[in-house]
Amino acid sequence: MPFIPHTEQDIADMLEAIGADSIDDLFDEIPESLRIDGLDGVPAPMNEMAVTRLMHDRAARDANALSFIGAGAYEHHIPAAVWQLTTRGEFYSAYTPYQAEASQGTLQVIYEFQSMIASMTGMEASNASLYDGASAVAEAALMAVRANRKSKSRRVVFAGGTNRTYQKVAEAIAGTQGLRFEESPFDKATGRADPAALLEGDEPPVAVVISQPNFFGTIEAVDELTDAAHAVGALVIAIVNPTALALLKPPGEWGERGADIVCGEGQPLGVPLSSGGPYFGFMTTRQALVRQLPGRIVGRTRDLDGKTGFTLTLQAREQHIRRSKATSNICTNQGLMVTAATMYLSLLGEQGLARVAAASHTNTRRLSDTLCTVPGVSRRFKTPAFHETVLQLDRPVAPVLEALAANDLLGGLDLSEIYPELGHCLLICATETKLDEDIQRYRDELARVMGASSTLRDAS
Amino acid sequence: MSEVPGDLIYTQEHEWLRLDDDGSVVIGITEHAQEALGDLVYVELPEVGQTLSSGDGLAVVESVKAASDVYVPIEAEVVGVNAALADAPEKVNEDPYGEGWIARVTPADRDALDALMNADAYQEFLDNLDD
Amino acid sequence: MTSKLIFEKSRAGRFATAQAPLETLDDLLTDSDLPLEQRRSRSTVLPEVSELEVVRHYTRLSQKNFSIDTHFYPLGSCTMKYNPRACNSLAMLPGFLGRHPLGPESHGQGFLECMFELQEMLKSVTGMSGVSLTPMAGAQGELTGVAMIRAYHRNRGDLARNEILVPDAAHGTNPATATMCGCKVVELPTDAEGDVDIEALKAAVGPNTAGIMLTNPSTLGVFERKIKEIAAIVHEAGGLLYYDGANLNAILGKCRPGDMGFDVIHMNLHKTFSTPHGGGGPGSGAVGVAKRLEPFMPIPVVGRDGDKYRWMSEADLPLSIGRLSGFMGNAGVLLRAYIYMRMLGDDGMRRVGEFATLNANYLMARLAKAGFDLAFENRRASHEFIITMKRTAREYHVTAMDVAKALLDEGFHAPTTYFPLLVPECLLIEPTETENKETLDAFVDAMIRVAELAEQNAEAIHAAPVTLPVRRLDDVQAARQLDIVWTGSEDAAA
Repeated sequence: MPFIPHTEQDIADMLEAIGADSIDDLFDEIPESLRIDGLDGVPAPMNEMAVTRLMHDRAARDANALSFIGAGAYEHHIPAAVWQLTTRGEFYSAYTPYQAEASQGTLQVIYEFQSMIASMTGMEASNASLYDGASAVAEAALMAVRANRKSKSRRVVFAGGTNRTYQKVAEAIAGTQGLRFEESPFDKATGRADPAALLEGDEPPVAVVISQPNFFGTIEAVDELTDAAHAVGALVIAIVNPTALALLKPPGEWGERGADIVCGEGQPLGVPLSSGGPYFGFMTTRQALVRQLPGRIVGRTRDLDGKTGFTLTLQAREQHIRRSKATSNICTNQGLMVTAATMYLSLLGEQGLARVAAASHTNTRRLSDTLCTVPGVSRRFKTPAFHETVLQLDRPVAPVLEALAANDLLGGLDLSEIYPELGHCLLICATETKLDEDIQRYRDELARVMGASSTLRDAS
Repeated sequence: MSEVPGDLIYTQEHEWLRLDDDGSVVIGITEHAQEALGDLVYVELPEVGQTLSSGDGLAVVESVKAASDVYVPIEAEVVGVNAALADAPEKVNEDPYGEGWIARVTPADRDALDALMNADAYQEFLDNLDD
Repeated sequence: MTSKLIFEKSRAGRFATAQAPLETLDDLLTDSDLPLEQRRSRSTVLPEVSELEVVRHYTRLSQKNFSIDTHFYPLGSCTMKYNPRACNSLAMLPGFLGRHPLGPESHGQGFLECMFELQEMLKSVTGMSGVSLTPMAGAQGELTGVAMIRAYHRNRGDLARNEILVPDAAHGTNPATATMCGCKVVELPTDAEGDVDIEALKAAVGPNTAGIMLTNPSTLGVFERKIKEIAAIVHEAGGLLYYDGANLNAILGKCRPGDMGFDVIHMNLHKTFSTPHGGGGPGSGAVGVAKRLEPFMPIPVVGRDGDKYRWMSEADLPLSIGRLSGFMGNAGVLLRAYIYMRMLGDDGMRRVGEFATLNANYLMARLAKAGFDLAFENRRASHEFIITMKRTAREYHVTAMDVAKALLDEGFHAPTTYFPLLVPECLLIEPTETENKETLDAFVDAMIRVAELAEQNAEAIHAAPVTLPVRRLDDVQAARQLDIVWTGSEDAAA
């Protein structure tokens, strides 16, 4: 029996100790009418050899494409040590570290993670992670409402150019508690949020969400935006790409007072793309707001002998104690992903991460410049970008991407559904993983596809 | 046996109240309550000027294993808080009826206090809890 | 072993060169247009260490953990069963790891087929009509469930239903979730035998009832025998039933929440379907729904047109409660659950429930015989059961927490303590089906030794654990003198 170690003798001995005649007797409290005999929708068992064959076949069908898609999930080189260590059974198969003495490994890793991410974002406090970047924004909005006691507003403004999926997720998670989410306009020439337009609307918002870089990859004027939001009593929620933090000013230094809550998608830090998850969300804040943080937090303290050790702390904020008055319902988070990220950051260090960021930035610039040599392709926003940028095509993007994909090249994200106001736009990304020949290949394929499909060109 | 000072009035949720000469009321939690909670690590205080209805949460006292609301048993306005608790929540454990007071309020109707327990009644209430 | 932080091992100028691009930062940024005023000037705490130092540091840290792979882990309500290694290695095939979440469906058919089949298998084992895999943990599955119940009532124009009934024994996420969904929580008492108090339920339901959240078997380790009556009462009153799948392992292949009358359920794939707990996640909280809630499922869901698999999104499910994650949830966790279910197959699913229950009842019988007090002595155990240390606490001042710590010294992870809150000084014990009889017997022996020690030398138990990297930690200091981010000091404050 797969994964069940009982011998016939064991079963007989155990039933005797219980005083039952059969295993079925142990279910005698379940009404007869509810018991089932067999499952129609589950196939017969497969042994490891058969399932290995099956999964290799399935995985092979998805492999082998050269991808230039970013849009919130980024292909970076992951050092081999990261996942070899992360999947050690002692990390992989441990539970949430409630028994601190038996979980010092996991607890210290999280403490190190909190320290790293707080330092990178320029903040004083961090939690142990949230599910992903999008849901972290929802939690940040809820946190801002708790923290901004002076504001009676439930209106949260997303600076234009912020990932629209994040706003949708925030609506699904936090909308039921009366929070309203709105997007402010962005400048269609620069791809940046407009600081003046940020504050339009019926009442001053309780919080403003600012991304750096924004969804288009564009570098925002974060100081101006932060100060504008603070001037009307809103808290500032920063969404940042953690790789970019190696080069860009940390949110703790934005504007006069710095951002209040920082969150983002942790995937770029050693987590594989893996069809969208598991990733992790991070969240940091100022010391004054630490009690409003959702999720688990690890603290350093001493044991009975005075020896330094680690334990979960501020647990009274959490659902298992505070129940219906908890800061969030979050319980399990993304511990293993944080373990991987901590090792990734240790291996790269400040210098390594900065090189990854700079190489991605430079490659994307090179990609954009190279692709713009293809007739009908131009850069949409003439503003500095981090490691993504928007191209304007002279024809609908979808058929072009489809033709590229037929040759196993994934050319980016078609923005026309998400941003119909931009016309035929394509979001591209080239991280440090892309070589000059990859960029050249993209250019050649694009020229071929666009040349062949010039009949598709429209008036725009 | 917990201390129950005779000059205070009490609620079933283990708050004590003291009516001062100026008509304001000081609120804290009882010895019994602080013992049950264990070492406090945080007290969330109300804001001065806040008006509360009877039964509203006035503060939250937090230990490592529990968080409890401190209720205000009468309609009242908060006129002062014990700001020292922000840095020293242990004062509630050490001196619940003195330095560990939580907030000072002005009741909307002082007669509402008559419905609460005096020390003897609270002591009896505590004795019954132990059974 | 010392607990030096990775930062304290850092030396300026030393870094794991093999892992980063070879060009220097200056070379890479020669032509950069990044505005200077947006550039970072402050350095970070990120360490400068060699690859060997990183490998050794984290290998040593891992050795300070208890885990399923190293220790028996009878943590009640958490289903700490063996996580088959094949589920990990196959989910980490490059074809799966490298796939971008926004990649075209044409380049994801292998993955999508797995997800579609996982949805179908989960429908079958739960008896539900639709499944969405997107919730990323149990608590998010709960949020999804309550949000769907709310959306269902609102869609019918019934705006009054904003009360969620929750038994007092429920997991803390239940009331926390109901609040997060803007609902009011109404607690229901439990009777002396561990069932929901039916009279109290009848009194609580009404035109404001949105639904009830139940775990079955309950967190008290017993099957809710009156479940069909409960379902009838709640449905009669116009409410819906939500099933918290925390304890699905107990009944897997034996009975199904859908047949009990539940309208929506969440499953903890990291419990029942053996995906790893990872030291606190990632989990997965897939939801299953009855027909009437299908239109409200969170997106995306995987659909099939002919032999092609595709994402179903806003256009397919316009009444959906929306998106809960940036992409599609914890895909890699879902793959592990899929592989697990394929290996176990229909027969294996049934055996999970059977042997989880056999192990729990055996352990309960042996501990009862050894003199431990059961919380519900007249009941069968489900896949878990509760003993109470109330007597030991009163007689010897040895609490459930003390017993838990002493067990760590015996080489066993502690059971769940102080949950459910209803039972004083409780230990909630869940052995799971993957443990053999010898391990269970050894655990009983350890419990007996601890109980004897409690009688003879309570001091020794208060001092436990003494064999682990640290002794009991000062939680009060941890909370009062918050040290959650390293700022350069070698040790915690004295």
